[in-house]
Amino acid sequence: MVNVNGKNGARSLIQARNLDKIYTRGEEEIHCLSGLNLDVEKGEFIAFMGPSGSGKTTLLNLLGGLDKPTRGSIVANDIEITSLSENMLAQWRAENVGFVFQMYNLLPVLTAYQNVEIPLLLTSLSKKEREEHIMAALELTNIVDRKDHYPSQLSGGQQQRVSIARAIVSNPLFLLCDEPTGDLDRKSGDEVMTLLKNLSEQLNITVLMVTHDPKAAEAADTILHLEKGVLIEGKTVK
Amino acid sequence: MKYLFLLKANIKRKKIRTFLTLGSYFAAFLLFGLLAAIQSAFHQGVDVAGANRLVVANKTSLIMPLPLSYKEKIAQISGGKNVTFASWFGGYYQDPKNFFAQMAVDSETYFDVYKEFKVDKNQFLNFLKDRQGCVIGKKTAEKYGFKIGDRIPIIASIWGGVWEFNLRAIYTGTKPEDDLTQFLFHASYLEERRAWGKGMVGWYIVETKSPDLTYSVSKEIDRKFSNSSYETKTDTEKAFALGFVKQIGNIELIILSIGAIVFVTLLLVTSNTMEISVRERSGEIAVLKTIGFSDKLLYFLTISESLFYSLSGGLLGMLTAKLFTLKGDPTGGFLPAFYVSSNQFALGMFLIIFFGFLSGALPAYRVYKLKIVDALGRI
Repeated sequence: MVNVNGKNGARSLIQARNLDKIYTRGEEEIHCLSGLNLDVEKGEFIAFMGPSGSGKTTLLNLLGGLDKPTRGSIVANDIEITSLSENMLAQWRAENVGFVFQMYNLLPVLTAYQNVEIPLLLTSLSKKEREEHIMAALELTNIVDRKDHYPSQLSGGQQQRVSIARAIVSNPLFLLCDEPTGDLDRKSGDEVMTLLKNLSEQLNITVLMVTHDPKAAEAADTILHLEKGVLIEGKTVK
Repeated sequence: MKYLFLLKANIKRKKIRTFLTLGSYFAAFLLFGLLAAIQSAFHQGVDVAGANRLVVANKTSLIMPLPLSYKEKIAQISGGKNVTFASWFGGYYQDPKNFFAQMAVDSETYFDVYKEFKVDKNQFLNFLKDRQGCVIGKKTAEKYGFKIGDRIPIIASIWGGVWEFNLRAIYTGTKPEDDLTQFLFHASYLEERRAWGKGMVGWYIVETKSPDLTYSVSKEIDRKFSNSSYETKTDTEKAFALGFVKQIGNIELIILSIGAIVFVTLLLVTSNTMEISVRERSGEIAVLKTIGFSDKLLYFLTISESLFYSLSGGLLGMLTAKLFTLKGDPTGGFLPAFYVSSNQFALGMFLIIFFGFLSGALPAYRVYKLKIVDALGRI
């Protein structure tokens, strides 16, 4: 069960403790996160909501090992990622985290198939094994028929499904989704949220999602609110 | 190999830019190859100079002659093995543009000293028997379509009139840089026909018994003829050839300097293109880093892309230059040894790889240092 008071003694899948993140802009210090605690269990689907500048994306950056906190620690699956070197962190991301971006961030010069293959290049899988993984991911996200299309030939919803296929293809520990429906119309947004919900339930993948959209957040098991860099105990949807 | 499709995709991303980048490398290394060929031509005499050959010329100037009687005196000097001589004829075939060196030589001994020139035995005997016989290098024979037995009229600029020769032999070389453009005929024929300068030769060539003896033999020759009416200046053939190069050195320097500036400018442009290409892709590079591509791996991929451009364009340029120079001297006789040597080709390949690394190094460093959160604008 998700916990934000930092008093969960047992080892959770993700355990963040006393996270501070301070950016400096000139002489000004911007406190994005202040003493944030978070415990997430495997298979949980959590939505982070909050006003702009509340630190949602910063939190996602830290949990995904894209940035380091000013203070505090993050332990994911018994590895303290806040103490890893840049190279180790890159390897950890490749093995443990799938990213889904608001703007999909597919490589425009690669087909859907090739975009999904990218994370597998960092593994020791053979070409045949990679193909099996890619086809499985494309089938799960229901985009197989578009595998040879380039991003510019796909709709926003289709691009996001390719992006999700890319995120899950290497079987990560958890998915980090930053406004996955932010650039989609309602129908496509609903389809993407249904897909993420199914992945979470059927594959027991942990999903951490930042969103502004209350309807999208309803797909999550738990909604947590961030205000001025502090997580507030949220509501459990189910 | 599994990253190859990423490389291919980046290369195909902007086809015109790729074409222009490859074109820049192509032009730069085509230029390099041609400049290398020009340098070969300028240094031909130096490169083919025999290590144990000395050139004995008039101390006052090369254009001043030496007495024919010196031959026996030089031959008596200890350390010498073979002595021969040659005189500049300075004519042309049909048109003054048809330039190739013609020399009246001591036909009995000339090829003993220039062992790199190979002549068929029967042809050579026929040459010796014919007072008007001549021996021509393979390149000149091919250029003008001369065949054994042809009668070749040469208009003598210095001696006047039309001199006719019978082509009796064609010589070949043993190395690609050997000068196969010369026209050689009997000094006795020159001596017989010329109205003035009788009993004189242009210069002597002395083959010593060993390269170690060149210094002592040259000193002895010059000592022997000091205080005579025709004092000598003896140099190794290499030094003699270098003297020629120095005379035209400024032209060579100007050509090579201009070429080098153009070459470097083209490479700077290419490097800048690579830099722009990487900057445009910073968002995609950040995505790759997010997925787990390490800084080192992306550095390697960027350098690989740069090397692809330099190797593809550069190698094509070098090969085109090589092919172009295989046709020989494009100037009609001023650059007889116009070719890209294997050493120059190897230097070109080294430069291709070096500039491939160099032009990719800065963009690759930018990739290496790129922060994901900055590039994705996620703060």
